[in-house]
Amino acid sequence: MHIIDRRRDPGGKSLANRQRFIRRARALVRRAVREASAKRSIKDVDKAGDIVVPADGVHEPVLRRGSEGGKREYVLPGNKKYVQGDTIPRPDDEGGGSGAGDGGEGEDEFRFALSDDEFLDLFLEDLELPDLAKRQVLGVEETQPVRAGYRSSGPPATLSVGRTMRNSMLRRTALGRPRPEEIAALEAEIARLDDEGGHDAAVAGLRAELERKQKRMRLVPFIDPIDVRYRRYDQVPKPVARAVMFCLMDVSGSMDEHMKDLAKRFYSLLYLFLKRRYKRVDVVFIRHTHEAKEVDEDTFFHSRESGGTVVSTALEEMARIVHDRFPANQWNIYAAQASDGDNLPMDNNNTINLLRTAILPLCQYYAYLEVGHGRDDGAGEASSLWRAYELVAGSEERLAMRKVSHRRDIYPVFRDLFAREGAKAEA
Amino acid sequence: MSNETTAARKPKSKLVAKPEPSASLLYTGSDWNFDTLGRIFDAVRKIGEGELGLDTYRTQIEVITSEQMLDAYSSVGMPLFYKHWSFGKDFARNQMMYNKGYQGLAYEIVINSDPCICYIMEENSATMQTLVLAHAAMGHNHFFKNNYVFRQWTDASGIAGYLSFAKSYIAKCEERYGIEAVERLVDAAHALQSHGIHRYPGKRSMDLATEERREQERRAHGEALFNDLWRTVPKAKGKVPASKKKMEEDRRKAILKLPEENILYFLEKTAPRLAGWQREILRIIRLIAQYFYPQRQTKMMNEGCATWTHHRIMTRLHETGQISDGAYLEFLHSHTSVVMQPDFNDRRYSGINPYALGFAMMQDIERISLTPTDEDRAWFPDIAGNGNPYGTLKEVWANFRDESIISQYLSPHLIRKMGLFHIVDDHDEEEMLVAAIHDERGYREVRRALARQYDVARRDPDIQVVDVDLAGDRRLELRHNVVDGVTLEEKDADRVLQHLADLWGYEVRLIEANDDTIFAEHKAEPMRPFA
Repeated sequence: MHIIDRRRDPGGKSLANRQRFIRRARALVRRAVREASAKRSIKDVDKAGDIVVPADGVHEPVLRRGSEGGKREYVLPGNKKYVQGDTIPRPDDEGGGSGAGDGGEGEDEFRFALSDDEFLDLFLEDLELPDLAKRQVLGVEETQPVRAGYRSSGPPATLSVGRTMRNSMLRRTALGRPRPEEIAALEAEIARLDDEGGHDAAVAGLRAELERKQKRMRLVPFIDPIDVRYRRYDQVPKPVARAVMFCLMDVSGSMDEHMKDLAKRFYSLLYLFLKRRYKRVDVVFIRHTHEAKEVDEDTFFHSRESGGTVVSTALEEMARIVHDRFPANQWNIYAAQASDGDNLPMDNNNTINLLRTAILPLCQYYAYLEVGHGRDDGAGEASSLWRAYELVAGSEERLAMRKVSHRRDIYPVFRDLFAREGAKAEA
Repeated sequence: MSNETTAARKPKSKLVAKPEPSASLLYTGSDWNFDTLGRIFDAVRKIGEGELGLDTYRTQIEVITSEQMLDAYSSVGMPLFYKHWSFGKDFARNQMMYNKGYQGLAYEIVINSDPCICYIMEENSATMQTLVLAHAAMGHNHFFKNNYVFRQWTDASGIAGYLSFAKSYIAKCEERYGIEAVERLVDAAHALQSHGIHRYPGKRSMDLATEERREQERRAHGEALFNDLWRTVPKAKGKVPASKKKMEEDRRKAILKLPEENILYFLEKTAPRLAGWQREILRIIRLIAQYFYPQRQTKMMNEGCATWTHHRIMTRLHETGQISDGAYLEFLHSHTSVVMQPDFNDRRYSGINPYALGFAMMQDIERISLTPTDEDRAWFPDIAGNGNPYGTLKEVWANFRDESIISQYLSPHLIRKMGLFHIVDDHDEEEMLVAAIHDERGYREVRRALARQYDVARRDPDIQVVDVDLAGDRRLELRHNVVDGVTLEEKDADRVLQHLADLWGYEVRLIEANDDTIFAEHKAEPMRPFA
């Protein structure tokens, strides 16, 4: 008999098969992820969760006997009252004849759990992001080693000589290890007395003393393994700044569900980007009609308001909140505005003034997303808000504006952001 | 279909009886280490081999974590297996069920190999490890080594090597021909896996010397019988020569050895358009299905044997003072939950529990052998009162499978005890009929019906390749011999047929019929033929 301990074997033996399964069911899983992420709040977009896909799509067919028709026989345990010749009404279909059959595939759906990374990967894939951008979003979190005291084991390269020697000295002193000079002095003394001759008793005493000290020296080593210390490093995530993300949205009657969905995806993606970059990300939701209000996420996406559209109110509200709660020298401020492009014509001037003087100077980045109805109405004519923002965008590179009418249009907005950050990094 | 597992929920509370630590106890408390494990195994083996006379393969015990147990689940329990998405699907499901607490994990998995590998979980208490070793390393191990179905069909010493070959071969094919192409082929092969089994041992090919000797014997026999007079006997008249068409058909069926029920084998040998590597993969999947076939035929018996063995060994360990009262109670708690059989109208009922029926049958055989009643003497004259229960059981374990052990040894006593009854559900009737119950008139009927229920060859639909005209349009014809009017699950059948058509490369037709009625006909054209 052998006993083998397999517990330390590398795990994840099934990972490859699991990935194959997800790849196989990719289209289905992707749809499931899309539905799941639409139901989730923005902050939970990268959390793991259960996914339900139709069982039909991952079904493995075999040749088996059908569950209907024909003559079937069962032997069942636990008879109490039946005698031969009795008849029993057929149980409802679900039991498949008292459940005695081999039990077909009763389930219409296949449920399993996705990990955080798998979920995010599929979510991003659904946005049709190019791989490069995906890497940037998912980007391995950069960490930085930070000194954090000492430890008693570690790689030789981190050996702390100073600390080790200190321990060694402490120990040598405490245990009374004779110093080399003492021994040298003793030896010299013995040699001197020997040369002089006639001090036999004293020499014998000194020799015993020398022997004792030498023995002591052997017993108490210069450096003992218990002295050795290594520098200890903790890996600390590099980005430590914090950011706040303002979601501004026009919620007047002209924004339909499709538009809101596009906006939500955009916000989710922006949130992900920021979360990877900053240690702490706050989200502020401001919705506006002809007046603006800070609300919670659920209200933001799901309640409807009637009224006109005055964009500048939202900008004022944002400026006020920044002033009150997010001092620009302590926070990185990002803003994303989604709108169908309506604005009260006479408010346009006011809006771009605000943008130029109050908002953009505060922001790292301001994205304006003009959402359309999924169908392409050709080039169409620019909305009034779009034309107004164009004036600003010419001189301000922090402002990115895009028209979006389909999921896949969302990404290029981010490309603007990255193009600029890349350029900055090179400079 | 996998290797045998002890599926039962883990007892939530451990019985805490603190006996005085004694020199003869194998362990105290629930903790164990590798020394304990070694001692436990030696004690278990001493009883298993010494007292019960079990004959086992060498044992290799491997301690694994629950995570590794989940991994093992999804590769049908084998230590290594080729990669395929369907295993990932099983894994995803098991993982979720386990993480959410819907399903416990098996305490052990044992593999029919030489040496016999037992995976045991690190979380088991010392008592559970004892139970598991008695169950798997003794019970299942003995069964694997001695049962005739396993001896006939599986090569315990070769399986590990073969799986390793299969894994690397399929991986190499993926490298060379692309994952997608290989995966599609494996999909198709999996769909036909249940019909990739030889049910009868083939003729062993003879070596040349034997062949020649037989040839000589045949000639000598012919010479001995030769009588020139027979030449003068007039030929029978009016014998119509078979039509040419019929003769041709017979001829080509004979060449292709049709009908053939092993569809994968037939494709591997005959499919006109498959490449060599594709045939090899079909062969790999067919052989693996064949390796698992005995387990499907002996599930109930195998568990019965292992459960009876662990029960006996644990009881003996307790009697000889090697395990404490507390440990014995812990064992009984877990044992009884394993062999629990809910009644048919119980909410928990989900078919007959193979552990329950198997254990009950083994106990019953022991009882008949030791203290038979008059009824037992009438029913089982060969074993009743022979006073040799261990010998009788070993005899039974070696020479039967589920279906045959039931039709041979299910006693009226046990039928009464379990309250077994037989119902017939005829689709044409309004209501189901109770055909037999546990009474004098019903015993044989119940027993026959239960045996049929365990007959794997009856559970799998009987589908055969019946004809193909390789010189003509190459259409492959299959026939499902319908029993009791039960036809195939239609949607599944069509999908499998599509796979079959892709493998075959030409049209495929499946006719479902019995001697006088045709129930259904399925057809499939290749959409993306393999080539």
